[in-house]
Amino acid sequence: MEALAIQGTAKTPSVKFDGQEGVIEIKGRSIPENSIEFYKPLVEWLEKYSESPMDLTQVNVQLEYFNTSSSKCILDVFKKLEAIHKGKSEVIINWYYEEDDEDMLEAGEDYESIIRVPFKMIEIVE
Amino acid sequence: MSFDINEYYSKLNGGDVLMAFKGSISSELISNVLEVVESRMDEYSESSKIRKKVYNVLVESLQNLYHHIEVLPEEMQKKYDDKFGILVVSRQDDRYKISTGNFIGHEKVDVLRNKIDKINSMSRDELKDMYKFILNHQRLSEKGGGGLGLVDIARKTGNRLDYTFEKYNDAYYFFNLDVFIDLA
Repeated sequence: MEALAIQGTAKTPSVKFDGQEGVIEIKGRSIPENSIEFYKPLVEWLEKYSESPMDLTQVNVQLEYFNTSSSKCILDVFKKLEAIHKGKSEVIINWYYEEDDEDMLEAGEDYESIIRVPFKMIEIVE
Repeated sequence: MSFDINEYYSKLNGGDVLMAFKGSISSELISNVLEVVESRMDEYSESSKIRKKVYNVLVESLQNLYHHIEVLPEEMQKKYDDKFGILVVSRQDDRYKISTGNFIGHEKVDVLRNKIDKINSMSRDELKDMYKFILNHQRLSEKGGGGLGLVDIARKTGNRLDYTFEKYNDAYYFFNLDVFIDLA
């Protein structure tokens, strides 16, 4: 299936979803006033990908900031991944945070406690 | 005499002010404010930990305003911009202060007051549970607000939310919220 690539802006993250490689990346800032609009194509892409996913899907989430409006949409993305993980294929979510950013680590742990997909917390050391 | 917004605004302009704004809260305005405050914090050589906290809390404060501002009746629109709100970001000796203000219909005052009082009475763990519950169980509104903003601010700052409701006229109150981010 076709890859999904969106360039980042001051308020929205860059997105690279590669179905052939089974690699999904969200990076940067996610602070739009209305996040539903931005995340809709991501959720739709995953919907389609879930019909025939790779054996292993690697998810890299490396956010500098995200607002509470985005937090619900990110949960929707993770719920799609959870559905894929429930099937035969494996999913791993790599949650990146900067070394002094306890809030971002905690946000990752919040998701980890809600979503039944293995998380790996990865500290970025400068 | 009704509450005087200009007097209130000028009182907020004390200390080391990074940003003060009074007018229409639009998406573009939010982007501009974030850019200015971010570069001002660079001038203070703030640690990345503090910069991130202030930035996060500022985003939520501004977007709370953006999502909840009321459409004012005509006679008030003559005096105030559409989507009228107030924002002052200042740095004090040991903390950042983010003040926001907006009109609120008198019928909504009690609900908001109860919500903030409840948040202020909660422990860190209780706030975490509340955040997770709302995140997982409440849908986003059409405008994109999710009812998580104040909980998130309380969690990230670890401080209580200070607020006042000043009566403006029979239909409207002016809601002021002060949020503090400790430097240490």
